[in-house]
Amino acid sequence: MSMAATRDTLATASQARLTWLRFRRHRLAMVGLTVTILLYAIALFAEFVAPFNPDDSNARLVFHPPQTIHFLDRTPDGLRFHPYVNAFLLKRDPVTLAAAYVPDANRKVYLRFFASGEPYLMWGFIPGRIHLVGPEHKEDTVFLLGADRQGRDVLSRIIFGSRASLSIGLLGVSISLLLGITFGGLSGYYGGRTDWAVQRVIEFILSLPTIPIWLALAAVLPKDWPPMATYFTITLIISLIGWTELARVVRGRFLSLRSESFVTAAWLDGCSQPRIIFRHMLPSLTSHIIAAVTLAIPQMILAETALSFLGLGLQPPAISWGALLKEAQNVQSIAQAPWLLLPGAAVAITVLALNFLGDGLRDAADPHAH
Amino acid sequence: MPTSPRPILQVKSLKTWFPIGRHMLKAVDDVSFMLSSGQTLCIVGESGSGKSITARSILQIVGHPGRIVGGEILYTPDPAGPTVDIARLHPKRRQIRDIRGREIAMIFQEPMTSLSPIHRIGWQIAEALVAHGLMNRRDAMARAVDLLRQVEIPDPVNAAQRYPFEFSGGMRQRAMIAMALACNPKVLIADEPTTALDVTTQAEILRLIKKLQVDHGLAVLFITHDMGVVAQIADDVLVMFQGRVVEHAPVRELFARPVDPYTIRLMDAARKLGMAAPPARPLVTPGEPMLRVRDLALTYPAQASLFRKAKPPTPAVRGVSFDLYEGENLGIVGESGSGKTTLGSCLIRVLRPTAGQVSYRLRDGQEAELATLDRAGLKPVHREMRMIFQDPFASLNPRMTVEQCIGEPLRVNGLLSGAPLSRRVRELLGMVGLPADVATRYPHAFSGGQRQRIVIARALALDPRLIIADEATSALDVTLRGQILDLLLDLQPRLGLSFIFISHDLGVIRYFCNRIAVMHRGEIVEIGQADDICARPRMPYTKQLLAAVPEADPEHRFLLAEAAP
Repeated sequence: MSMAATRDTLATASQARLTWLRFRRHRLAMVGLTVTILLYAIALFAEFVAPFNPDDSNARLVFHPPQTIHFLDRTPDGLRFHPYVNAFLLKRDPVTLAAAYVPDANRKVYLRFFASGEPYLMWGFIPGRIHLVGPEHKEDTVFLLGADRQGRDVLSRIIFGSRASLSIGLLGVSISLLLGITFGGLSGYYGGRTDWAVQRVIEFILSLPTIPIWLALAAVLPKDWPPMATYFTITLIISLIGWTELARVVRGRFLSLRSESFVTAAWLDGCSQPRIIFRHMLPSLTSHIIAAVTLAIPQMILAETALSFLGLGLQPPAISWGALLKEAQNVQSIAQAPWLLLPGAAVAITVLALNFLGDGLRDAADPHAH
Repeated sequence: MPTSPRPILQVKSLKTWFPIGRHMLKAVDDVSFMLSSGQTLCIVGESGSGKSITARSILQIVGHPGRIVGGEILYTPDPAGPTVDIARLHPKRRQIRDIRGREIAMIFQEPMTSLSPIHRIGWQIAEALVAHGLMNRRDAMARAVDLLRQVEIPDPVNAAQRYPFEFSGGMRQRAMIAMALACNPKVLIADEPTTALDVTTQAEILRLIKKLQVDHGLAVLFITHDMGVVAQIADDVLVMFQGRVVEHAPVRELFARPVDPYTIRLMDAARKLGMAAPPARPLVTPGEPMLRVRDLALTYPAQASLFRKAKPPTPAVRGVSFDLYEGENLGIVGESGSGKTTLGSCLIRVLRPTAGQVSYRLRDGQEAELATLDRAGLKPVHREMRMIFQDPFASLNPRMTVEQCIGEPLRVNGLLSGAPLSRRVRELLGMVGLPADVATRYPHAFSGGQRQRIVIARALALDPRLIIADEATSALDVTLRGQILDLLLDLQPRLGLSFIFISHDLGVIRYFCNRIAVMHRGEIVEIGQADDICARPRMPYTKQLLAAVPEADPEHRFLLAEAAP
């Protein structure tokens, strides 16, 4: 594209487009965006991506260690691409009688893409039996990230756990956003006494020690509620505290926008109050709000993880990363099966990706706010 | 003025470039000059001309990603001693740090951001002496008090114990100068040191710099965009345009016989808005006044809350009365804090006055009492009474195209939509001298002057009768200032407009207005025909204000008359 053409495109580029152009230059944020999209895609298509049913237990495969994938297979005709894992045998030490898994070099379990495996109902209504990756023979087992105390596949459980953990982030943030924009907007637009009252409420909420409050609220939940009800209640509890930060961001932006001359100009042009707010002020806020929201999701995910880890969030059989980490609560099981901590890695990757994304968005939305 | 011939600073073909993407912005391109002790060199130019970057290059404090890519900056503190090429020094090593602040000191435009808000003034001055290892703490503090006395800060002992926020803008700039002088520098670089100050304060600071220059034999490099200031203080002048030197001459020669077309343009613009320009506009024949203001007052109420002690009520505007006639331009001039902007906001009812009347005669002859009208009652008034704001970058919604911005008043008042609206917007763009095809662009694609034209087009959209312009040209370069004023004057008879023009710049007001009202501390101290006020002021404050305006004529250096040795 020639220089003049570039200039013309830029001249007619909207703020959203300029923000995107700036965002694209932020390498770490682009990585964050890619990883985030990938994670949410995995959560969305968990049934397809996970190699097994997360609830299938097998008492003979308790704490089965992770198996490494070998991509090249040595055959009589030479090397060829044919991924496989070595099977493990459960052996008992003849002296101590302790059980131990040893690799069985003679038995290979071959893997393939789009393997036909156990049947599932995608999203509860689309039947299917094709999995992204699976053993060639469906009666074989493969534990890429090991098995847990009941012989369930940890990888499949992490993938299914992402559903609850990631969606709690989104749902919680949506509730927070609603509360945050309403109260922050009221506070910032009207100022004065409204502002004073809202700010004091926010300060009060922020002064509460979060974990004990969550504990108290979660303790009130009846244990016999269905998992769905618990899920929504937990989300609500987390976002009731999480909205304060968003409200502050929105209020600050409203306050500074209110004194901009283009808002005064809109008022003098004869714009009605709703038109000033929705046509003139809110569009200038969207990019900031998107950035604030992106930075709030990790908080929500971490909160859910903490709650479930403490046993107050989602209860088994529901799966979330926090609930999975509960398995790793005692030292003995970590010593025996360190791979039980892997859901923690999933949390870390998600939180980092979202933070990079949020930082990038914030910088792109407001390049001068440093 | 006799200047010693030995140059203390010699800049030879300096080049400071900024790589931006794949392009190279040549902020300073092949600039050369010499500076001697006791001499004042002014670098003058409009925004973006590279004058500040030139000054910053000398101290090697050019911001990232700018870099000195060529040329020499030869510094010879002692005529018999060695010469250092500053351009060759590493910007972070000890050698340049020894020169920076100690040998060559710099003062900036905004003293508030250059002073640390959490340290006492005295200590901030003393710190440089201690940091350079020149004195111990106690001696340094004594020196700080002495320096504050030199920059004419009253009661220097107590002033040293104060914090920057307790000082006014002028006092802060004095403190900055004291700081700059702390290590007895040989060269003082002043980057627009008076631009943020009121005109009377500016005169005081200029006098002070001149006096200190004489006392200490300083070489002064003075950066400014104001030809008036140049005429008043310079020995030599360097005119910069787009990173290059277009003219370099002694001040009298430059003003008498400018050679470069850009210099001539700059000079013409400054003279046009100067106090010696041809007589101002005559009075219009008064008929029935269209706007009658009587005893208008706005007092900010005492603020008391649960945890704060009550402050006394602050009167921002008190007892203001005047009439405005059809077709007339009334100028309201005053320094910062005089209440001129508050008055403008009261007239158009962005603010609600606490007392007094604002009677406006609508186009259909009806009288409206603005001071007490509600929002619905104001709507027809706001169709006739429009506003132009100071900051062209803040007064256009960045999320709306030019067409949407200009069309907004027509759309929300339900006057036009669709194709007729589009046609009207293009017609308005033509009126303000912009091509019609810019309608689809966003405000970020325009320069300050072009944006101000868009703001004017928006103000004209509803066929107004009265436009209140609040510092409408203050954010613009001097050549643009004249253009915008001429545009408004050109539109006035065609569209039957009247203006209330609020500004701190007497030259602009004098050029544009028939009558001038001088405001001071919320009151109108003098009102009369523009020419009369400027040539024969009666009130002491008006005289003081006029005496402080730097005239763009080096033959009339009244500003520094008393500082001459």
